[in-house]
Amino acid sequence: MKDHFIYPEFEVVRNDNRCIQCRVCERQCANEVHSFDPERGIMLSDETKCVNCQRCVSLCPTRALKIVKSDCRLRENANWADDTIKEIYKQANSGGVLLSSMGNPKPLPVYWDKILINASQVTNPPIDPLREPMETKVFLGKKPEKIKRNEDGELVTETTPQLELSMPVMFSAMSYGSISYNAHASLARAATELGICYNTGEGGLHEDFYIYGPNTVVQVASGRFGVHKDYLEAAAAVEIKMGQGAKPGIGGHLPGAKIVGDVSKTRMIPEGSDAISPAPHHDIYSIEDLRQLVYSLKEATEYKKPVIVKVAAVHNIAAIASGIARSGADIIAIDGFRGGTGAAPTRIRDNVGIPIELALASVDQRLRDEGIRNNVSLVVGGSVRSAADVVKAVALGADAVYVATAALLAMGCHLCRTCQSGKCNWGIATQRPELVKRLNPDMGSRRLVNLMDAWRHEIKELMGGMGINSIESLRGNRLMLRGVGLTDKELEILGISHAGE
Amino acid sequence: MKRVFVNEDWCLGCHLCEYNCAYANSGLSDMVKALKGKDIFPRIHIEETDGITYAVSCRHCKDPLCVKSCIAGAISIEDGTVKIDKTKCVGCLTCVLVCPYGAVAAGPEGAAQKCELCLANSCGSPACVKGCPNNAIVYEER
Amino acid sequence: MKLEGEVRIPSGCAIAAVISREGKGITGDVIYNAMKPMHDRSNGLGGGFAAYGIYPEYRDLYAFHIFFDHRSTRKECEAYLKERFEIVKGELIPTRKIPEITNEPIIWRYFCAPLGSMVASEQVDESEFVARTVMKINTEMKGAYVFSSGKNMGCFKAVGYPEDVGVFYKLEEYEGYSWTAHGRYPTNTPGWWGGAHPFSLLDSSIVHNGEISSYDANRRFIEMFGYKCTLQTDTEVITYILDYLLRRQGLTMEEAASVIAAPFWSTINAKPEKEKERLTFLRQVFPSLLITGPFSIVYGWNGGLMALNDRLKLRSMITAEKDDKVFIASEEAAVRVMEPDAENFYAPAGGEPVIVRVKEGKF
Repeated sequence: MKDHFIYPEFEVVRNDNRCIQCRVCERQCANEVHSFDPERGIMLSDETKCVNCQRCVSLCPTRALKIVKSDCRLRENANWADDTIKEIYKQANSGGVLLSSMGNPKPLPVYWDKILINASQVTNPPIDPLREPMETKVFLGKKPEKIKRNEDGELVTETTPQLELSMPVMFSAMSYGSISYNAHASLARAATELGICYNTGEGGLHEDFYIYGPNTVVQVASGRFGVHKDYLEAAAAVEIKMGQGAKPGIGGHLPGAKIVGDVSKTRMIPEGSDAISPAPHHDIYSIEDLRQLVYSLKEATEYKKPVIVKVAAVHNIAAIASGIARSGADIIAIDGFRGGTGAAPTRIRDNVGIPIELALASVDQRLRDEGIRNNVSLVVGGSVRSAADVVKAVALGADAVYVATAALLAMGCHLCRTCQSGKCNWGIATQRPELVKRLNPDMGSRRLVNLMDAWRHEIKELMGGMGINSIESLRGNRLMLRGVGLTDKELEILGISHAGE
Repeated sequence: MKRVFVNEDWCLGCHLCEYNCAYANSGLSDMVKALKGKDIFPRIHIEETDGITYAVSCRHCKDPLCVKSCIAGAISIEDGTVKIDKTKCVGCLTCVLVCPYGAVAAGPEGAAQKCELCLANSCGSPACVKGCPNNAIVYEER
Repeated sequence: MKLEGEVRIPSGCAIAAVISREGKGITGDVIYNAMKPMHDRSNGLGGGFAAYGIYPEYRDLYAFHIFFDHRSTRKECEAYLKERFEIVKGELIPTRKIPEITNEPIIWRYFCAPLGSMVASEQVDESEFVARTVMKINTEMKGAYVFSSGKNMGCFKAVGYPEDVGVFYKLEEYEGYSWTAHGRYPTNTPGWWGGAHPFSLLDSSIVHNGEISSYDANRRFIEMFGYKCTLQTDTEVITYILDYLLRRQGLTMEEAASVIAAPFWSTINAKPEKEKERLTFLRQVFPSLLITGPFSIVYGWNGGLMALNDRLKLRSMITAEKDDKVFIASEEAAVRVMEPDAENFYAPAGGEPVIVRVKEGKF
């Protein structure tokens, strides 16, 4: 049977008046969209292969190229959108589950954009971060309920392990395998320079990166890939991955094609075998089981490292978080439904989970209502896009945020959302050596450091405007937030007033 | 002295350096006007074999064979930079033969040409370095 | 219009305090006269005083000062108090009618002792028992508001200028070893007397000038521990924070100051190792109790005063001495009224606590 033809989504527009036929586009497109016809002396394009990653556009020295959305549309239909119909064709062609990458692109509400931040006027002064100290350092981890003194009456200053961050941001989990060696190198180096942490994801830690251990969070996921004693000991903190925002309820998937060379060695699985993490941890079917894994990891690391439990934001998240807070975890990481991924079933990515803003607000409030907010620190992720989102998250109650998509963008990602193909033209979500080398970690780490420096400046500016000179005083300070265009219920969940109130 | 160096690990073989070089030495202010429909004669070129790519240009040797071998006295060293005086070059291409790096080649008019670090053209510093998308080509003191 | 407590009202203010290290009596007119030169720092919408050592004859009893909206509220509240306390004495607080102060509620004071059996049944110590009673009345009994609940001390406050409030309460007739005063400049009408300052819980009281930017971070944290911020004022939350740190966590006054006006990390890192460890620990453990934004506070307790500025010193505050007395005020002029020959004027640095204690056995 013949496949239904699906008209290409994009058109390559080449301005022949500008094209000098240097063929950079051709050499740089791993999808083989561009080619040169020596007989006619012209460049050709095969749009069926184009994913709109913009690599050719970026590198074209004469700006002769642009990629536009194709205007060849099916007949307009408010119920049956173009994409919906094409997905049906694809499934009718293949019989398969649709795969997507990166975060949920659907037009669902982004609460960050409906929250506005306060500033001081008259009754108290804004603080100028250029002239006054402005602090962004945070410590993540359990805080003691009661302070202790020794026989001489001096404070006993030992605490349970704390994760120190120079600013309330970490790079969230992206496994070696789903992203390249050079992407990991960039993240590790940037995190070290910035005094924050990056996260190995579930693919283990390449031996070259053990030196960045003090700025590394290592992950233990349901597949247990790459987990061994040295791995745990190398890290600043250990994260148990129960779920992820892009695909709550299922485990990570890495096709065998990406399990090559060092990826296979680091994951401790044979080359070419698919790395399919089980949906649950098969030793955790309930909360009391989680407690056992938390303490197993603490035993293995001699209680020297904080344990993070990462969960996807799902309907009952407040109760789940409350359970985790009582399970010995030092930090809870919650990943909202917009979180990115290297590959997820489209239906799950686009329809499962809840927005991180609401999850954060309800978890923070629930933990306070139960008087256990001090037992844990809260880290949230799932599309924190800017310094303003960071400030809003902290004011809603987060101790820190996880960013991954923003970090990928800094390294060159253009959000073409085809990571699953393994042909990332930007050298990030690929294991093909000729593509991996396109990400020079000198540049990648520099750009990550730049981005975080810029955010740090912006966080300070926003804090200064509110008259706050340390991030601690912003955390949970919901009076600094107002909603616009939100319903009473949404405001109630967010725990903020409407603008004008 | 600052020289152009290439880190093979990061060279993508995109050939942009060649086009940037040709444009920088064209004397024109528009890349399309300078290069469209023309054969280009860059002073840097990509060597490629078996998936390895590497941009090659003049090393500005301390004791250059090209200077020694030039029969017309057209090649000289100025502040460490090896330069070819086009007006003196007779086009014998001995320099091309003796250069161990293959960094010298005949230009469009037959005279020998090679990288002169863009010091004399409007770019002011090596155009290949500025335009390299992966920082594979650097201009630095070593 | 919303009343104080239903909405957060930022205020500017004047503060003043005086204490005798020898525990000698000072009459209330000394402090209310000190507020006169700072008249412009208030706007007539709140003034008040806290006085220590004023009830020596009842020194072992808790003195509750309570505002009532109505006679029936008082009956109801009294009935509740009797379930938990032995009321030794209950009376109207004497006031004088002056044109500057109007619309006064019913103002009573009770000297009482907690019923031992009740304290035992709640499995808490006596002070926690009293604090819970106050919190309960203030959050659940509409029309009743306990604004003072310590031993041998009392708060006096009203809507009006502080110097008039002093006259209204006949403070010249009281003698205490330590006084604090507050004049308020709220940005809109607080509506009722409970919103005036000082704010007090058990024997601690606070007068505060400033508008803290960390308010909601502090409030949401401290409310985890049974405190209810019903007034939504800075003073209230600062009082609870200090109560939590000093009484419940057992920190010293200096340690508490290092929590709420914590030194910057750069300062901490420059300290000797032991000090650095201590300060880092305090910031690590109590990050949500750091107070940012402008404040100058005088914290009073039985036997002492602590003056503290925010870590950037965004509010004026000065201290001075004369013989056994120490003076604290927003402006030097206020000190000069109390003691024209005061000496050793000093402006404490941001975050530097000035702690004055009455000699042991003198209060």
